[in-house]
Amino acid sequence: MNIVTKPYVNAFLNFARDKPEVLCLTADLTSSCEVDQFREQYPTRFFSMGMTEQHTLSFCGGLAMEGFRPFFHTFSVFLYRRPYDQLINSIAYSNRQVRLMGFLPGITTPGGITHQAIEDIAVLRSVPNMTLLETGDATEVETVLEVADAVSGPVYVRVLRGLVPRLFETPFRFNQLRTLSEGQDVLVLSAGITTEEAMRASKALAAAGIGVTHLHASTLKPFAKQQFLDAVADIKHGIVTIENHTVVGGLGSIIAEILAEEGIGKKLIRLGLQDTFAHGASRPYLMKKYGLDAMALVAAIEQLLNQSLGITENNLSAVRLEEVHSVAKAEAL
Amino acid sequence: MWQNEVKRVALGIRRRVFEHTIKNKGGYLSQACSAADFLATLYVKTLKLGPSIAPPIPKPFAGSPSANNPDSFTGAGYHGAKAPELDRFFISPAHYALVIYAALVEIGRMAPEGLEMFNQDGGSVEMIGAEHSPGMEVTTGSLAQGLSMAAGVALARKLKQEPGRVWVFLSDGELQEGQTWEAFQAIRHYNLNNLAIIIDLNEQQCDGAMAEVLDLGNAAEKLIAFGAYVMEVDGHDIEAVQKAGEIRPSKGALVILAKTNPCQGMDYLEQRRPKLHYVRFQSQQQAQTLEAAVRKQLEFSDR
Repeated sequence: MNIVTKPYVNAFLNFARDKPEVLCLTADLTSSCEVDQFREQYPTRFFSMGMTEQHTLSFCGGLAMEGFRPFFHTFSVFLYRRPYDQLINSIAYSNRQVRLMGFLPGITTPGGITHQAIEDIAVLRSVPNMTLLETGDATEVETVLEVADAVSGPVYVRVLRGLVPRLFETPFRFNQLRTLSEGQDVLVLSAGITTEEAMRASKALAAAGIGVTHLHASTLKPFAKQQFLDAVADIKHGIVTIENHTVVGGLGSIIAEILAEEGIGKKLIRLGLQDTFAHGASRPYLMKKYGLDAMALVAAIEQLLNQSLGITENNLSAVRLEEVHSVAKAEAL
Repeated sequence: MWQNEVKRVALGIRRRVFEHTIKNKGGYLSQACSAADFLATLYVKTLKLGPSIAPPIPKPFAGSPSANNPDSFTGAGYHGAKAPELDRFFISPAHYALVIYAALVEIGRMAPEGLEMFNQDGGSVEMIGAEHSPGMEVTTGSLAQGLSMAAGVALARKLKQEPGRVWVFLSDGELQEGQTWEAFQAIRHYNLNNLAIIIDLNEQQCDGAMAEVLDLGNAAEKLIAFGAYVMEVDGHDIEAVQKAGEIRPSKGALVILAKTNPCQGMDYLEQRRPKLHYVRFQSQQQAQTLEAAVRKQLEFSDR
């Protein structure tokens, strides 16, 4: 598997180059959000706002009213927690074409709970007019911008930065679940960084004779309900969702809502942060501790099947080594 | 002479808000007292607006904005069409809606029936001005966001090299919110000198006198420190307001600090201090006494 360095840098440069109405705004985290080269190359379209998130969200609303399409880049937590009122009143209610580019989704930072956006999907899903996208690999980072900018309203994107694996060969497609494997025993839905874990688990499960349909979700709102219903129809033992997010209100809840509304009596296990904050530590450590990794997924499937499969960490081979302290920027900076 | 027209409009605003308050047994009366004179000056003389392009009788509420709702509308049309050389006017404290509606009627931008629709079910003339209410273009019921949005519009207009100004009306209470100061920092940093701000310094807020609730201190000094070009005027001196409004600073956004009296034109209201934010009546007797006193003053005001 290929690992790409900072795919967002060129993604934004290439996307924004020929679109004079696209503006780039930051809140003192320009290089941390990989738009420093854009600042160098297109200084008249770059606006440094300093630490003024409440003001900046309303400011973006004003820019959007006049035909510009502002892309406001900062850490996800700062996009929706402190300026939530402004997000609602200056952007979402009025359906402004503002693009909120959120970095450090979920536990992808050792910066601790202040920097870990663990409930962003839950909160923003409940806001009318919002579109929610989540990148899961380098290809999706490279191709999400065109998709986001085609939305006639506000968009929030969970963006991956630094060293990003390439898992997919086809570009991001709006409101389409990717089918990564097919099988009838269990349905797995993953999003963001958990997809890589789920892919490793799927391979091990297939080797153990378990049929897994694995879907990757990159559009969380709206959600591809029909595609999900088609996939779940013949599933025998149940569904597992796994997300870099709390299990309350995110992907797991989306699926729970659909299952209940459609009267589908299949068991659901939701993996993710179990209604808890995490803390400051490395990604692999946090994923293991809080049950967001391939082993947790295997254990959940064993629970659905009511059988032990004897799959070990060693079986879950080709673990990607974390390079936080070498070339990549330390996560919280 | 424009001054006579401004006086007529200002008196009209006070009368209409007064009649409304009596009829509905309560209303934002003190806001009409403090703001009528400078709002009349802006609408009659200072603002460069085109004629209204909105229906004189406001349309019923047509749903909130969304990608699937082509029928949703804003109240911006009452301030005329947008054009590069024309001004824009944003109302930040949406609770002044009744005063704005009265002003729009007085200057012929809305029919009197519009004011009758205030707070009616299914209507667009909301009690706290919504985006779809006459004269409103953005959502400002949660205070201190209007300035930031107006600043975004101001930057956009600068980028497009539009000569028109972006006017925004603030109430002094909004200077308590942190966002206001975030906005002034950005306004200074980007020299948004096409932005013009008028602040109703009536020293009142919902809980009572600002000095008691959370003292503002010296507003002018604070604003100057944040880079604003401040003009302190008597908010009831229409010539001073107009003169201040003509200033186009080369550096900094113009801020007209309009010092006002929340009982101006209705002396009887002095008895209500400090509870002036929303005038309501505890008894029939109270209502009648206030009505008689104020009506008398308003009837004699244009002689």
